[in-house]
Amino acid sequence: MGMGLLFDATRCVGCGACSSACKEQNKLPGPVEEVLTAYTWTTVQPREGLNVRRMCMHCEVPTCASVCPVAALTKTPEGPVVYDAERCMGCRYCMMACPFEIPKYQWDRPVPIVGKCILCAGRLKEGKQTACAEACAYEATVFGKKEDLVWEARTRLRQKPGEYVNHIYGLTEAGGTSVMAISSVPFDKLGLKTKLPGEPPAMRTWQVLSNIPDFVAVWGVLLYGVHWITARREDVAHAEAKDNGRENRS
Amino acid sequence: MTDTATLASRRFRPGFWTFVAGILFLAFLTVTVIRFTKGLGAVTNLSDKFPWGIWIGFDLLCGVGLAAGAFTLTAVVHLFNLKKFEPIVRPTILTGFLGYSFVIVALLLDLGQPWRIWHAIIYWNPHSVMFEVAWCVMLYTTVLAVEFAPVVLERFGFNAPARFIHRLITPLVILGVMLSTLHQSSLGTLYLIVPSKLHPLWYSPMLPVQFYISAIGAGIGMVVLESYLSKRAFHRHLEMDLLEPLARGMVVALGIYGLMRLQAIQRNHAFGSILEFGYEGRMFLLEFTLGVILPVALMSFRRLRSDPNWLVGGAFMAVLGFVMNRLNVSITGMEAASGTRYIPSAMEIIVSVGLVATGMAVFAFAVRNFSIFPGGPVGAGPDPKPGA
Repeated sequence: MGMGLLFDATRCVGCGACSSACKEQNKLPGPVEEVLTAYTWTTVQPREGLNVRRMCMHCEVPTCASVCPVAALTKTPEGPVVYDAERCMGCRYCMMACPFEIPKYQWDRPVPIVGKCILCAGRLKEGKQTACAEACAYEATVFGKKEDLVWEARTRLRQKPGEYVNHIYGLTEAGGTSVMAISSVPFDKLGLKTKLPGEPPAMRTWQVLSNIPDFVAVWGVLLYGVHWITARREDVAHAEAKDNGRENRS
Repeated sequence: MTDTATLASRRFRPGFWTFVAGILFLAFLTVTVIRFTKGLGAVTNLSDKFPWGIWIGFDLLCGVGLAAGAFTLTAVVHLFNLKKFEPIVRPTILTGFLGYSFVIVALLLDLGQPWRIWHAIIYWNPHSVMFEVAWCVMLYTTVLAVEFAPVVLERFGFNAPARFIHRLITPLVILGVMLSTLHQSSLGTLYLIVPSKLHPLWYSPMLPVQFYISAIGAGIGMVVLESYLSKRAFHRHLEMDLLEPLARGMVVALGIYGLMRLQAIQRNHAFGSILEFGYEGRMFLLEFTLGVILPVALMSFRRLRSDPNWLVGGAFMAVLGFVMNRLNVSITGMEAASGTRYIPSAMEIIVSVGLVATGMAVFAFAVRNFSIFPGGPVGAGPDPKPGA
C-alpha cells in the first residue's frame, strides 16, 4: 500500500519548520509563500484557530498522472506521485485536472516546469522519512506505512472523540490518498476540498478512452459500408440508364 | 502607366485589410518574443488558479471545432455520394487545414516547452485524453494536407501524384472522419475529469457527444460563412442551391445538440441556476439563444434559408454561439471553482486575433493562386469572371 503522511491539525503549532525543511531538501528558491507555488511545495495556513498544512495529497489513483499526455507524472509503488521534468511539454492539463489544485507552474520563466511535492521520493528510496515529517517537533506530521497511519488516525479519533471531526480526510477523497489529515474543525472550513467524488476522476475519462479501439472498428466498417452502398447505388443507376438506351454521361 | 498599375493591382493590391493583417502579424511576433524571453506570466493573465485561457478556449477548442466542416463535407461527398456538394469541398478542406495549423501555432505559444511537442510520439500514456487529442490532431492535419495536396500538385503540373491521391480518396476520407470523430469528441472528454470544477450548466457525462455534434453544426455554419466571405472578397456568387440544403443539416445537428444540452441540464438539476440569472445563467442563456434556439428556429423556415441574408445571419449566429459555448466550458464554467476571474490580457487577444487574420490572409492568397473554387484561381480585380 506504500508510505504516507498523517497530518493532525490539532497538534500543529504553525512553526513552519516543515515548509523550510522542504525548501532546503528540494533546493527551492525564495522564501516560504502563503499559498502553494511552483517554488513552495508545502505551506502552513492559519484557519479557524488551527494551522493546516497544504501539500500534494499523493492520490492512490492520481488524476494528474492519468491526464498527462507524456506520462511525466507517475505514482510509484512506495507512495509518492513523482514528476519527470525532462518529459513535461507544459500543457498544464495536470493543473486543470487535479481535484486538490496542487500542481503549480513557473509562470515567470521562459522555460517553465511544474512544481509540486514529490513526497521526498529520493529519501524514501534510501529508507528515510520525508524532510517535513523529520522536521516536525510536535508530531503534527508523521510518516509511516499508510495502513499504520490509518490505524493511528482511527485510534486518535476513538480515544478523543470530542476533539476530532469523525472523518479521516484522504481516506476516500478522489479515491483515497497517501497523505491524510484529521482535525477538530470541519475540513471545508480549513480550506480543503470536501465535495470530491469517492471514485477517482480518472475513471470518468478512462470509461470513454477504453472504448476507442472498439469504436474505431465499428465506425470504420460503418463508414465503409455507407460508401459501398452509395457507390453501388450509383453503379446500378448508371447501368439502368444504359439499359434504357440513354447515353451514359460519366 | 495606368495600364501597368491596373495589371499589378490585379495581382496584389495592398489595401486596408492587408495593412491591418500586417500590423496584427507584427504584434503577434512581438508577443512571441516576450513570451519566450520573459515567460508565460509576462504576456498572459494565466495563473496557478487559472492555467488555461483563451489560447486553449478559443484557439484550440474553436479552431478545431470550426474546422469540422472539412470532415463533414468530405463524408457527404465521398461517402454519402452527394456529388453536387463537390464544388465547395476544396475551400472547406483548405479552411480545415488552416484551422488545424492555427491550432498548432497557438499551442506552440501556449505550451510551456513547445519544442517538446513531439514527446507525445515517444512517451505514451493511453489513459490521457490529451494524448489521444495530440495523436489525432497530428494524424488528421496530415490527412488534410494530403487531401489538399492535389490542388497544389495540379497547379504545378504534377498530375500523376495528384491522380494517385485521388484514387486513395475513399480510405483517406474514412480515416479523416474517424480521426475527427475521435478528437472532436475528445475535446469534450478533456472536461470529464473536472466534475468538481465545471459548473453543472456545462458539465455532463455526455460532453464528448455534445462537442462532436455541435462541431458538425457549427462546422456547417462555417462553410456557409466562408462562402459568403469569399463572395464578398472575390465578387463571387453565393451557391444558394448548395448552401440551402447544408443549412438544413445544420438545423438537424444543432437541434439534436440543443436537446442533449437540455437533458444534461435537467439531469444536473441545474435549471435553477438559469432562473437565478447569475453570471453563469446569463452566459448560458446568451450562448444557447444565439447558438441553438435562434439558428434552429430561423433556419427551419425554407423562406429564410433561401434568402442569402438570413442564411448567412443564421450561420453567423450558430458559429458565434459555438464560440461562446467553448469559452463558457473552458472559462466561464471554471471560474467559480477556481475562486478567481479570468479576463484575457491584451497580448493573449492579439495572438488570437493575429492568428485569425493570418489564416484569412493565407486563405485569400490560396484562392487567388490555386484552383480552390470552381473555375480556377480568382482574380481580385474589378472585372471578375462570373462564377461557374
